[in-house]
Amino acid sequence: MTRAFTASLSLVFIVALVGFDLVTSDLNPYQAPAAFALGSGAVASGGFCGALPN
Amino acid sequence: MSQAVTPDTPAAAAGGWSKRAGLLLGALVVVAMVSLFAGARYGMLLAIGLGFGIALEGMRFGFAGPWRAMILRREPSGVIAQLLSIALVAVVAIPLLASHPGELVGAQAPVGFAMIGGAFVFGACMQIVLGCGSGTLVNAGSGNPVSLLALPFFALGSFAGAWNLIWWTDLGALPIITFGGTSGLILTLVLIALAVGLFLWRAAPGAVKLSRRHAIAALVLAALAIGNLVVAGQPWGVVYGLGLWAAKGFSVLGGDLSASAFWAAAGSMERVQSSLLTDYTSLTNIGIIAGAFGVAAWRRGALSAALPGYPARAWVATVVAGFLLGYSSRLAFGCNVGAFFSGISTGSLHGWVWFVAAFCGAFYGIKLRPILGLEART
Repeated sequence: MTRAFTASLSLVFIVALVGFDLVTSDLNPYQAPAAFALGSGAVASGGFCGALPN
Repeated sequence: MSQAVTPDTPAAAAGGWSKRAGLLLGALVVVAMVSLFAGARYGMLLAIGLGFGIALEGMRFGFAGPWRAMILRREPSGVIAQLLSIALVAVVAIPLLASHPGELVGAQAPVGFAMIGGAFVFGACMQIVLGCGSGTLVNAGSGNPVSLLALPFFALGSFAGAWNLIWWTDLGALPIITFGGTSGLILTLVLIALAVGLFLWRAAPGAVKLSRRHAIAALVLAALAIGNLVVAGQPWGVVYGLGLWAAKGFSVLGGDLSASAFWAAAGSMERVQSSLLTDYTSLTNIGIIAGAFGVAAWRRGALSAALPGYPARAWVATVVAGFLLGYSSRLAFGCNVGAFFSGISTGSLHGWVWFVAAFCGAFYGIKLRPILGLEART
């Protein structure tokens, strides 16, 4: 068995993850934030490893 | 990481070029689709993630390997490149954070007992599986079977660590201490210079201080990390996204997230219910895996290398270490990326404490790796 098999599995993993996500949640580009946070005037609100819950 | 071989025939070379064109086209199409159906910011973050994956795998750069090289062979080049990259990001990020409060946030977190213990365990585990937060993603993408197995358990550990995070932080933590503004930037650069000086002092005689490859990798990583901050409004991170993947799965399977103070918080709930294609760390994580896969597929012959053999105890150790990587990095408020790289470069004291604790843990991880059977048999 070669690395082609395991590398392909990793790709299958992310394809399956995104597929599962698209089935269980919706996308709405009209609610998307500005392309760049810098200069947008909006408060940063993404999840991050260092953040404690509010 | 993978090895490359050269083509034998013109036909093989032609086939290689068509495969490479397909890889480039595929990446462009996926980024365009995400931009179109989710939003331009999300498409750019996927592209930045692809850049991280391509840079880390393409230049064979990382975090666990250079620490191992410094500890075992006293080769400082990789660690110095990491610190150089952090310094370059700090020069841009700390002033930007000061001039755009609210719009941009740093990787700032409190120092505490659980944070220090978590960093120590993470440092040990990242040497056991020879893959840190970014390294596990890169190695999985390029076909490393150990990282591929560790990855789902990393995600489960991140989810579980976040679940218990409040209990752990209640054991005792300082207020968040940050080095901001001009004085904060100067202090950060002085501390980085001292750390570089320490590694140079401990370097083996004749060892390369900073290789050309590592220097280029440091520059590219810094540019991508600054791009991440400017686009997302927050620094590069890995662990949160992995935990979110597990939280979504838990929720879809009927699990009740309201029992956890972390996952029941309004912001967490909103992100669990939203698409992963609108979560910054998920996008860059996906990009890193795909970018590393792309590089491995791009290199002729890299994916035809035979998989190494390991004893059963190595696979068990991989599962346990993978889970602990995720769990400990949540207690430590980040991994080598979120805490060490992004914490220090955005002026957080916890990044420095993380570095010291994780480096101490790395000594034990290096000792444990062969005992656990993870030195591959050929």
